[in-house]
Amino acid sequence: MTLALIVEQMLNGVQFGLMLFLMSAGLTLVFGVMGLINLAHGSLYMLGAFFCAAGAAWTGNFWLGLVAGTAAAAAAGALIEVSVIRRLYTRDHLDQVLATFALILILSEGTKMVFGPFPLYLNIPAGLSGTVNLGLMPYSLYRLALIGFGLAVAIGLWLLIARTRLGIRIRAGENDREMIGALGVNIRALYTLVFALGAALAGLAGALVGALQSVQVGMGEPVLILAFVVIVIGGIGSIKGAMVGALIVGIIDTMGRFLLPRIFATFLEASQASGLGAALASMLIYVVMALVLILRPKGLFPAHA
Amino acid sequence: MLLVSTQPRQTADNFREIGMRLRQTLVASVAAMTLGAGAVSADPVTVGLITTLSGGGAGIGADIRDGFQLALTLSGSDAIRLVVEDDGQRPEQAVQIADRMIQSERAEILTGIIFSNLAMAVVPSVVAQDIFYVSANAGPSALAGAGCSPFYFNAAWQNDMLHEASGAYAGANGMTNTFILAPNYPAGTDALTGFKRRYTGTIAGEIYTQLGQTDYAAEIAQIRASGADSVFIFLPGGMGISFMRQYSQSGVDIPVISTAFTVGQDNLPAMGEAALGVINSGQWAPDTDNEANRTFVAAFREAFGRTPSIYASQSYDTANLILSALAVADVGQREAFRDALRAADFTSVRGDFVFGNNQHPIQDVYMRQVVNVDGEITNRTLGLAIEDYQDVFAAQCAME
Repeated sequence: MTLALIVEQMLNGVQFGLMLFLMSAGLTLVFGVMGLINLAHGSLYMLGAFFCAAGAAWTGNFWLGLVAGTAAAAAAGALIEVSVIRRLYTRDHLDQVLATFALILILSEGTKMVFGPFPLYLNIPAGLSGTVNLGLMPYSLYRLALIGFGLAVAIGLWLLIARTRLGIRIRAGENDREMIGALGVNIRALYTLVFALGAALAGLAGALVGALQSVQVGMGEPVLILAFVVIVIGGIGSIKGAMVGALIVGIIDTMGRFLLPRIFATFLEASQASGLGAALASMLIYVVMALVLILRPKGLFPAHA
Repeated sequence: MLLVSTQPRQTADNFREIGMRLRQTLVASVAAMTLGAGAVSADPVTVGLITTLSGGGAGIGADIRDGFQLALTLSGSDAIRLVVEDDGQRPEQAVQIADRMIQSERAEILTGIIFSNLAMAVVPSVVAQDIFYVSANAGPSALAGAGCSPFYFNAAWQNDMLHEASGAYAGANGMTNTFILAPNYPAGTDALTGFKRRYTGTIAGEIYTQLGQTDYAAEIAQIRASGADSVFIFLPGGMGISFMRQYSQSGVDIPVISTAFTVGQDNLPAMGEAALGVINSGQWAPDTDNEANRTFVAAFREAFGRTPSIYASQSYDTANLILSALAVADVGQREAFRDALRAADFTSVRGDFVFGNNQHPIQDVYMRQVVNVDGEITNRTLGLAIEDYQDVFAAQCAME
C-alpha cells in the first residue's frame, strides 16, 4: 500500500462526496424550506441523466446535453411542484412519502416508455477524457473536473443563499413561513422556485455522473438513499450540513471499501476477507449515521438549533 | 374531511381498474399475435413467460420476450398461447405471478425468469405441481445438482459455465496473475468460484463490490496498484457499463476478460468504445456461423431494429425447444412430453445442443471479442474455449 494509492482513494472519496452534495443540497433545501420529504428526488436525477444523454446524442455536444439535462430536471421539478407537491405541504410526512413514492413509479415507467428499456450512451466530453499526471499517479481528468464542478456549485449556492434577496427569502422561509407570507412575499412562487432549484441540482448531478456510469431507469434510487444518509448526518435542512455530511459519506464509503478487506486479509483467507470486508464496507456509512444520531440526534449542523 | 379521505381510495380503485383493463388487453393482444392469421387450432398450450420488464433489468427482459415471440412468429405454429408478465425483479411478485398463471391461465409450461434468486423462489414449487419449467436464462447450481427435477429444463447454461470457460482461456493464453472482481451476491461468488475452478495462474487480488454499485474508482485504483497482468470481471447490466466507462478513463491498460453477461449486446451500445477489445465467453455470438443463426439474427434485426443479445438467442432457442416437443407429444402426457423435451430435436442457433442427465445443456463455449463492425460495437467469435462441456454439478443429480 503506497502513498499514491491512499492519495488517489482520498481524491475518489472527495469526488464521490461532492456529487452526493449536489444531490443532497436540493433534498435538504426542499425539506428545510417546505418541510417536505421528497422521495422523487432520485427520479429528477435520472431525468437529468436521460435528457443529457438524449441532448448530447442529438447535438453531438456534451455541454449542450448538460444544459438540456439540468433544464429538463428543473422544468420537471416546477411542473411536479405545481401539479402534485403543492397539495402535500399541509399533509403529514406519511402522505408525502406515499405521493412522492408514486411519483417515482410514474417517472420511471414514463422514462422507460419514452427512452426504451435499454441503457443510454453518454460519453465524457473529448476535452476531459483521459488522465492527467498529478506527480504521484495519473488521475482521471473528468473526475478532477467533477471535483472542480462540485466546489464551484457549492460556492455558488452559498453565495445565492447568503448574499442575494432570494437567499434571504429562502432563509426566512425556513424560519417562519407564516411571517414572510404576511410580509407580502409570494410564498407559492418561492416554493416552486426552491423546488425547481433543488430539481436542477439533482438533474445536474445526474447528467455529470451519467457520463461515468450507466444511464438507466432506476439509477436515482441508490443515490437517493445515500443522499438521505447525508442529510441525516449533516442535519436536515442545513446546506452546510449537507456539504460536510456528503464529504464524510463519500470518504468513509470509499476508504471503507478499500481498507476493510485489507485489514481482514491480515488474519483471514483472501476470498473470505474480501467477502466479509465488502459486506462490512457497505454497512459502514449506516454505522456512522447511527453513531451521529446517538451523539447528536439532530445531525451535525441542525438547521433549527 | 370525509371527502378528502375517500378521494385517494377512489383514485386507487381507478388505477387498479385501469391496470386490470390494460393487462387484459395485453394478454388478448399477445394471444392474438400468437394465434396468427385466424388459424385457431383446437387447443393451444399456454406458456407463461415471467420476466423482468421494469426497472434496471428491463432491457434483458425485453430481449427474452422478443426472442421468444420471434420464434413463435417465424414458426407459423399456433401450438402456443403466450402470456407475458413483469416480475419487477422481485421474488415474491414472481411467485404470485407463477401461481396465477398456473391456476387462472392454466399454463402448463413456464419460462422467462432472468435472475437466479427469482428462479430459486419460483422453480421448486412449480415443478412440485408437475408443471414444466424451461429456463431461458437463470441456471443456479442448486437446480443443476441435488435439486434437479424431471420437470425442470435449462436451455441456456448452468451459471458457472461461462466463467469456467473464461478461467480456462485466461490460463491457456499466458495470463498468470489475474485480478478478479464481482458483486457480493450468490451469482457473484459463483462467478469468481467458477473462474478459479479452471484457472491455472495466481490471483492478484479479489474484490467483492456492492450489488448495484455505480462508482468503481476505489476498485480501479487497487487494480492499478496490484501489478496484475489481466482483470476478470462479472458485472452484469448497469454495473458493467459503469465499470467499463470508468476503467477506460482511468489510464489503466491491463486487459479485461469477462463473460457475455457483462459485455453482451444489451450493454454494448451504452458502453460504446470503452468496451472495445474486451475478451469474453459465450455459447453464442451474433456471428455464430450456422444457417439457423443467420436467419435468427436477420429476422430479429428486422423485427426490432437492434442486434439480438445472448439472452434473446437463449429465449429463441427455448421457444423452439418447446415447439419441437409439442410437435411430437401432448403436454398432458407428462412422461412422453418430458422425453420429447429431453430429445432436444430442434436446431439451436448456438450450434450443437444436447441435454445432460440433469437436463442442462452439454455444449461448446466460445471466446468472443468486442469489436467495431461498420460503426456498430458488437462481439466477434475468436474461437473455442471449452468443448462439449458439462457442468460440474451434474454428478450430484440423481437423474439418469
